[in-house]
Amino acid sequence: MKIGIPKDGRFGDFGGKYIPETLAPAIEELEKKYMKIRNDKAFKKELKKFLIDYAGRPTPLYFAKNLTKRSGGAKIYLKREDLLHGGAHKINNTLGQALLAKKMGKKRIIAETGAGQHGVATAMACACLGLEAEIYMGYVDTERQKQNVFRMELLGAKVHSVKSGSQTLKDAINEAMRDWITNVESTYYLLGSAVGPHPYPLMVRDFQSVIGNEIKKQMKKIPNTVIACVGGGSNAIGTFYPLIETKAEIIGIEAGGKGLNTLQHSAPLSAGTKGVLHGMMTYLMQDKQGQIQETHSISAGLDYPGVGPEHSYLKDEKRVKYKAITDDEVIDAFLLLTRVEGIIPALESAHAIAYAVKIAKKMKKSESIVVTLSGRGDKDINIVQEYLKKNVKDKRKI
Amino acid sequence: MSRIKEKFNELKLRKEKALVSYIMVGYPNDNATLSSVKGIVKGGADIIELGFPFSDPIADGPIIQKASTGSLNNKTKIEKFFKLVKKIRKQTNIPLILMTYTNILYKQGYQQFIKRAKNAGIDGLILPDMSIEESKNYLNAAKSQKMDTIFLVSPNTKKDRLNKIANASSGFLYMVAVFGTTGVQTKIHQYTIDALKSTKRSVGQKIPVGVGFGISTERDVKKYASIGADAIIVGSANIKIMENTPSSKLEKKICSFTKKLKNQTK
Repeated sequence: MKIGIPKDGRFGDFGGKYIPETLAPAIEELEKKYMKIRNDKAFKKELKKFLIDYAGRPTPLYFAKNLTKRSGGAKIYLKREDLLHGGAHKINNTLGQALLAKKMGKKRIIAETGAGQHGVATAMACACLGLEAEIYMGYVDTERQKQNVFRMELLGAKVHSVKSGSQTLKDAINEAMRDWITNVESTYYLLGSAVGPHPYPLMVRDFQSVIGNEIKKQMKKIPNTVIACVGGGSNAIGTFYPLIETKAEIIGIEAGGKGLNTLQHSAPLSAGTKGVLHGMMTYLMQDKQGQIQETHSISAGLDYPGVGPEHSYLKDEKRVKYKAITDDEVIDAFLLLTRVEGIIPALESAHAIAYAVKIAKKMKKSESIVVTLSGRGDKDINIVQEYLKKNVKDKRKI
Repeated sequence: MSRIKEKFNELKLRKEKALVSYIMVGYPNDNATLSSVKGIVKGGADIIELGFPFSDPIADGPIIQKASTGSLNNKTKIEKFFKLVKKIRKQTNIPLILMTYTNILYKQGYQQFIKRAKNAGIDGLILPDMSIEESKNYLNAAKSQKMDTIFLVSPNTKKDRLNKIANASSGFLYMVAVFGTTGVQTKIHQYTIDALKSTKRSVGQKIPVGVGFGISTERDVKKYASIGADAIIVGSANIKIMENTPSSKLEKKICSFTKKLKNQTK
């Protein structure tokens, strides 16, 4: 299948721009500038230089020999986005958008953040490019990711703790949008995932596609299976998009939380329904009345009731399979990768690792799986420690 | 003719501007909604705007956000809301507008939701996150039910876009007074005055222009009425009164506040 640029900002039924009118001129300006600049050679060259010299691209594709042996089947390769500057794939997007904002003459950058990775990556890009950064973060997330709050502050960003609603990522987005409505003339909203109104999902896909493009070059042949975790879905779409037209099996992993049969998960593609939130039509966690439900995941970065519209489209078109992994399985995968490979994965990325291990043993030894390791897990060690304290059985595993 | 259109015709003859009073249903509680509606009607408001809560109200400031959350905590549901509207409709012929967010309608199906709203007695709809680009199915459903669709424009809306939006609007056109959310900035900016004048010039006699967001005092109402607004919308100020008034005095208090504001539109 071929997707390309979404017509009228829609991937099939999904996407669009459901926005307050005050934002319409800003979105229009953004779309115009971005559509022009995305094919501009000088811009691409400048961004590439930043990606190489500042962010550390290309990232290695690592053959995880011990993990493969442990799983007993297909070869598992890890796309090491965790080795990027800042510790996650987020910098691919923030450098791209911050550079765009600068070209548009915007000096004030706002962003939302869940786990804090996008906030940190925004603060870094802004410090590097001489822009002012303000980050919205749900109060719950500021508590569970304290270290990232301080990192952002050290980098010169102002962090606003959001106390409305569920006090997590969705509310941080609400508050960032309200800020944008209020300061629309001076401010650039640097969205961190492939969500929101058009052209954001396209733009974030473009900036993250460097992941999938490198995978294609680094693998001698197209992998049998490609796996990435999906919250808003930016590392996933960046991994998947360049491989959509190949024969690779593609799997996105959502946060199953305490299980899909409970209400405590963040898996709109696996268990949600169609709706409109944050400027886009997409699959959502919502009740029958259309109220958005509070979600749960052990990883703050996946704790979001919506998902990028292109993923909704890929699900309906059956090009990508979406599965969920529970918190318990995530911890197992986190411990396993840390122990056998000496790599501490972000809890978000551990979702993808868990599923890879699950299916590798059912595959042939000659087959291959590429997992995008979207971030490193240093930010999560306190959460894991807490979890292990509460769950004695897992303590034994260490 | 729709109730809203009729109301504007009637006001034109009387050389008055419309006062639109907003409340959030089910907040602080169900009884407060009914008492406030009575007070608003007695106070002489011309149109009532009923807010139906949504979990993620991105166009609203802290006061209405808090009211939304409170209303949802009080278990405000669509069925209950329509029952309440029917009750209000039995008591008064005042035009009733529903303000909520797109997902509430989308989830039930535009056609089905609008049909039920019309049957209950709702005359018009305001969806602050429904952009003109995405409005085709919504507009078709509203048209088939003779439901007025009140779109929003902003001080930064360009002329060609403004005309497109005005053409899709019925009842009135809602100009957002400020760059911002509801009930936050209360100063009247020069840019708002300029935008209101140019919006009026652009749409001419085609449709009345209402103005709202951050309007809370008699002085504000008077000012907007004097520079050509056909309707003035007051929301967060009502909610503040409802939060701070014991239920036994609520009807009276809202009535006297409404009366004061309404006097400025004559």
